[in-house]
Amino acid sequence: MSILLSSNFQWVLVSTLLLGVASGLLGCLAYWKKQSLMSDALSHAALPGVVIAFLLFQVKDLFILVIGASISALVGAFFIMMIKSTTRITEDTAMGMVLAVFFGGGIVLLPFVNRTGSGNQAGLDGFIFGQAASMVKSDVTLMSFLAAAIILIVIIGFKEWKLYLFDPDFAKGLNLSLKTMNIVYLLILVVTIVIGIQAVGVILMSALLIIPPVSARYWTHSFKTMMCLSGCLGGIAGAIGTTISALGSGWPTGPFIVLTSGTMFFLSLLFGLKKGLLIEYLLLRNKKREVNQIGPPSVVKEGR
Amino acid sequence: MSYTMWILVTASLVGITCGIIGVFLILRKMAMMADAISHTVLLGIVVAYLLTHNLSGIHMLIGAAIAGVFTTYLVQWFHSRGVAGDASIGVVFTTLFALGVVLIATKVGNAHLDVQHALMGEIAFIPWNTVEVPLLGEIPLATLMLMVVLVVVVIVIGAFYKEWKLTTFDPLLAASIGIPVLAMHYLFMTLVSLTTVAAFDTVGAIMVVAMLITPAASANLWTDKLLVMLLLSAFFGVLSAITGYYFALWLDTSISGSMAFATGITFFISYLFSPRHGLLSSWIRPSSGKKFHLDN
Repeated sequence: MSILLSSNFQWVLVSTLLLGVASGLLGCLAYWKKQSLMSDALSHAALPGVVIAFLLFQVKDLFILVIGASISALVGAFFIMMIKSTTRITEDTAMGMVLAVFFGGGIVLLPFVNRTGSGNQAGLDGFIFGQAASMVKSDVTLMSFLAAAIILIVIIGFKEWKLYLFDPDFAKGLNLSLKTMNIVYLLILVVTIVIGIQAVGVILMSALLIIPPVSARYWTHSFKTMMCLSGCLGGIAGAIGTTISALGSGWPTGPFIVLTSGTMFFLSLLFGLKKGLLIEYLLLRNKKREVNQIGPPSVVKEGR
Repeated sequence: MSYTMWILVTASLVGITCGIIGVFLILRKMAMMADAISHTVLLGIVVAYLLTHNLSGIHMLIGAAIAGVFTTYLVQWFHSRGVAGDASIGVVFTTLFALGVVLIATKVGNAHLDVQHALMGEIAFIPWNTVEVPLLGEIPLATLMLMVVLVVVVIVIGAFYKEWKLTTFDPLLAASIGIPVLAMHYLFMTLVSLTTVAAFDTVGAIMVVAMLITPAASANLWTDKLLVMLLLSAFFGVLSAITGYYFALWLDTSISGSMAFATGITFFISYLFSPRHGLLSSWIRPSSGKKFHLDN
């Protein structure tokens, strides 16, 4: 238990909490853009960037690794767009290819890190499953700062995001540049993913973006409420997952965060106020009872 | 047979099996389902291990096949409950995969099962674990598993070839003339799970996605005929597996990673040079769209 009181842990906790909120908010945008799995492809595509950045600079500085990861994720996004727009191959196939091939490329490069003098592969292995415990103060600061910036961008531009997602034609009419919005969206998506991969790992990072909005959807029909809820759920999952993983020795952070998130999804699925299983069952039962009380319509009997 | 020979044969079997299954996967627009199944298979293997404390091939195969079909069911069910299709894939596989990793980290811990192995596979060890088979002599277990799965895949696809074609390209027509489209969907997903599990030991969970999707997508750029596409896709699979192996040998790095990377190279070459859909040919040939505008 003493580990929970250490100041290092508390810093890490703050950063994963902020990360959870940021990815919950951004996940909502991705959900309504129907690009949930894009985040999965991009987070895998970030791996070679991390490894190459490390090979080039030989230091495990989060800032450099984040830049490397962003570049490689953007290249991945570019390939997906190119393949989708110039051939008959569908978007999901393109995403699957980029995901697997980039990840393969990253795995090919990983042993080289091991061979270089200063390199320790153990540090980079953390990028596959996430190891929040391995983060140092500067990493935590950078991560929290970027996460806070993303949260701000989403909140400040809330009205614009809403227009961009639900009525792009109207947005165009208001002189809102969709191209700029697209670029900003892609950029903050990539930044969210790459700051998350150290804590959660490339494989499970997408879960942070996908699960909270889907869970929030069960509770509300309003976009604003969904955003708030999704951010809260993401933040709570980040905090609880980090705490649990800190209790065991060498337990990876990512899977615990995702599992917490998954549990919240399950609860939302059962008890959600708007689309939950329980509420739909009750509605159906009431309707049935109502129909039975009225009895069969007399019109049918008379055959008219 | 020599050590290298066995590795090449095993890798080629992966290439052929994944190549065939992959064609139907991408034509049915279910590429990301392959990604999902390849992740959840891990949970199946962990649970099978926890129940039986046995890492032999058949337990893993059954556990993983169940996990694969379970994933398909869950995704389908959430989708019918109003979760957007890709979001429901994302929710299901990440949660189940996380559960698998957590079980390994807390329960199995450092036993014979480690995540690294499951994700990356280790083809280099395959020739050491052999079994005696009548007629064929002594062959590696993983190779035997792949052979069995390949035979099953070829029989199931071959026996109902016409039905597969119809349910893939025109599911509505197929349903209207009485073909059980949903049953065939689940049968197909079972085949995908079996293939994933069999390829698991060899190329690992993530690389299997590359092997499933990329050769098929490359083949899709070269031809419009399903049969030709199947053959081409299997050929690309074998080609990538073999070049990937020698590439890894040359650089002394992860074999499965470089096989996945090789599939990417194959696709890139197809993307540039394919006669009908390639970048080069569309650059050389004046596009029909432009001509239409000039005529007007």
